[in-house]
Amino acid sequence: MFGLLSAATAAGFSGSLPAMLLFSVGPLARLGTLDLLVIALYFAMVLWIGFYLKGRSNTSEEFFMAGREMTAWIAGLSFVSANLGSLELMGWAGSAYQYGILAAHWYWVGAIPAMLFLGMVMMPFYYVCKTHSVPGYLKLRYGEGARIVSAVSFAFMTVLMSGVNMFAMAEVMKVVLGWDLNFSIIVSSLAVAAYVALGGLRSAIFNEVLQFILIWGGALLVPILGLVETHGWTGFKARLAANIASGATPAGDYTHLWRSMGHFADNPMGIHWTGIVFGLGFAISCGYWTTDFLVVQRVLAANSLRSARLAPVIGSFFKMGVPFIVILPGLLGLVVLQNGDGSLMHLVGQNLATPGSGLHSYNEVLPLMMVRYLAPGLLGLGITALIAGFMSGMAGNVSAFSAVWTYDIYQPLINKKAKDEHYVSVGRWATILGVIISIGTAYLVMNAQGIMDYVQALFSFFISPLLGVVLMGMFWKRATKAGGFWGLLIGTLTSIGLWAWVYINPAALRYVALSPDAKAMAENMYRALWSVIVSILVTFIVSLFGKARPLSELNGLVYGATVLPTEEPVPFYKNEWFWTVVAIVIFLALNIYFW
Amino acid sequence: MHSSSISIWFFIGVLLVVYGALITGYGIFELATGQLAHVVLANLRAPLWWGCLLEALGLFYTIRFRPGRSK
Repeated sequence: MFGLLSAATAAGFSGSLPAMLLFSVGPLARLGTLDLLVIALYFAMVLWIGFYLKGRSNTSEEFFMAGREMTAWIAGLSFVSANLGSLELMGWAGSAYQYGILAAHWYWVGAIPAMLFLGMVMMPFYYVCKTHSVPGYLKLRYGEGARIVSAVSFAFMTVLMSGVNMFAMAEVMKVVLGWDLNFSIIVSSLAVAAYVALGGLRSAIFNEVLQFILIWGGALLVPILGLVETHGWTGFKARLAANIASGATPAGDYTHLWRSMGHFADNPMGIHWTGIVFGLGFAISCGYWTTDFLVVQRVLAANSLRSARLAPVIGSFFKMGVPFIVILPGLLGLVVLQNGDGSLMHLVGQNLATPGSGLHSYNEVLPLMMVRYLAPGLLGLGITALIAGFMSGMAGNVSAFSAVWTYDIYQPLINKKAKDEHYVSVGRWATILGVIISIGTAYLVMNAQGIMDYVQALFSFFISPLLGVVLMGMFWKRATKAGGFWGLLIGTLTSIGLWAWVYINPAALRYVALSPDAKAMAENMYRALWSVIVSILVTFIVSLFGKARPLSELNGLVYGATVLPTEEPVPFYKNEWFWTVVAIVIFLALNIYFW
Repeated sequence: MHSSSISIWFFIGVLLVVYGALITGYGIFELATGQLAHVVLANLRAPLWWGCLLEALGLFYTIRFRPGRSK
């Protein structure tokens, strides 16, 4: 969701996802029998997994938390995979074509510090308190009110986002492959409903790991062959420089991350480095990676505290690698994509890539690169990777919805003392209900696509304030129930208010983002930052006027009041701190190399 | 995660074995007939070596995580 919104905005569509999905000409690819067989085998596999896992999802702990027996590797791959949807892949590849390597910020500074922070600092509290969800943590720390508000907003937004994703997938399949919208929606939703309702979170996690392998297997060949064609990274830069010198490619710094971040006007995204570091790297990234239950749920399913801490660290290594299958193909597209007559192809914005124009949009760069290099069978694998991305994203949404609905809404508000089997049954039906609501949302969006933008904006309002409140609850013993409630409420209202202010008066962007040269991307970052600051300040001030809970009630919830279980000593190569340091070194090296 | 149950890695291994066989098969067909797909760098015969790579990975995971294998 975070990625979807960001990718759409980064690609310069004024936050208009429907526009992003309007491709100019199509279908781009024509699949042969071998390709279709590859896709059919994927569907057969996910259903096999679902039916196999049905017998292992009989208790609520098994159905909602996958029995808390995932290894660090599986939880880590699932954690990073839940965010690796196909729209994100195509959106960021398009952004790389348009803006250059700046798009990699969303994979590196916009993810890695937050993932490591979750693993090393926050995970012990989530894990030790044995919560089933992030709203569940809020209940333990701040009481029932904060839990219900958070759970209802999360459940509502999750199924809406699932529908938005479903419609987006159907649109892409229609344009890339020429498939009928209804066919794509019905087939994908039936498959997801079947395997999640049967196997619960375990099934969703299995399919996310499978999707992750397929994405690498299907997409990695594109940058490899692209680099062969351009004679390596150095050859690519030489061809790009020649194209810029001849005027064939718009002038700009496409291969450096930070050099153009000194001022809003120096880079095409209209962002300042403070926005990237504090807005993206802290407010948005930490908000998403540490408090969005969709991703945190995967790590809570780990089989031990050490695995739970190690999982985000493992995920961070793969997250750092994703730009090589997303950003690099977008960059390579700048120099290798050609028209039928051999001239350099110029991808354009959505407003120019109208039907009949014969032009392709930025977002088509990844499918175009696949069609350029991938022979029959391999193309089917690449398309399967895109379909798998959509389906596992949807499965992630409905499995998280099912858990929050059952644990944080149904159990406390409707039926407190039912048998365990009853809650499993409610979870299965909630999964099916979630899919049905998603289908309804998909058709709603189909008939009124403007809704899509509002759904995504709405979701973004809740992420950052929640971060402020969770951080205060976890690291300040004095934070009170009233402080958490008002911090969450006023932080959210701040986010909504700033968004509405800029929506009504675009000139207000200069105040929100601190510069008249700021662009839409900068607004997202600074808005998130302001809402975190406000939620922290309000929680702090209100808590000062209230009575803090006794320390004995905060064990497992707050830093300084929690006795963490001691873990067995392990060799250094199995220690989470060792791998965290390695991840930090690689992260810094990448940023310095592409400075 | 793979004590008395089938590991996810086994499922992944099986799928990669099948994909590897199909894609390698197409690569062998190209090699035998000389008919190359209409893609850039088709002369590198990516289906052949990428298919073999998938096959090798698939076989590794299928055998390593096969059901009933003692740890």
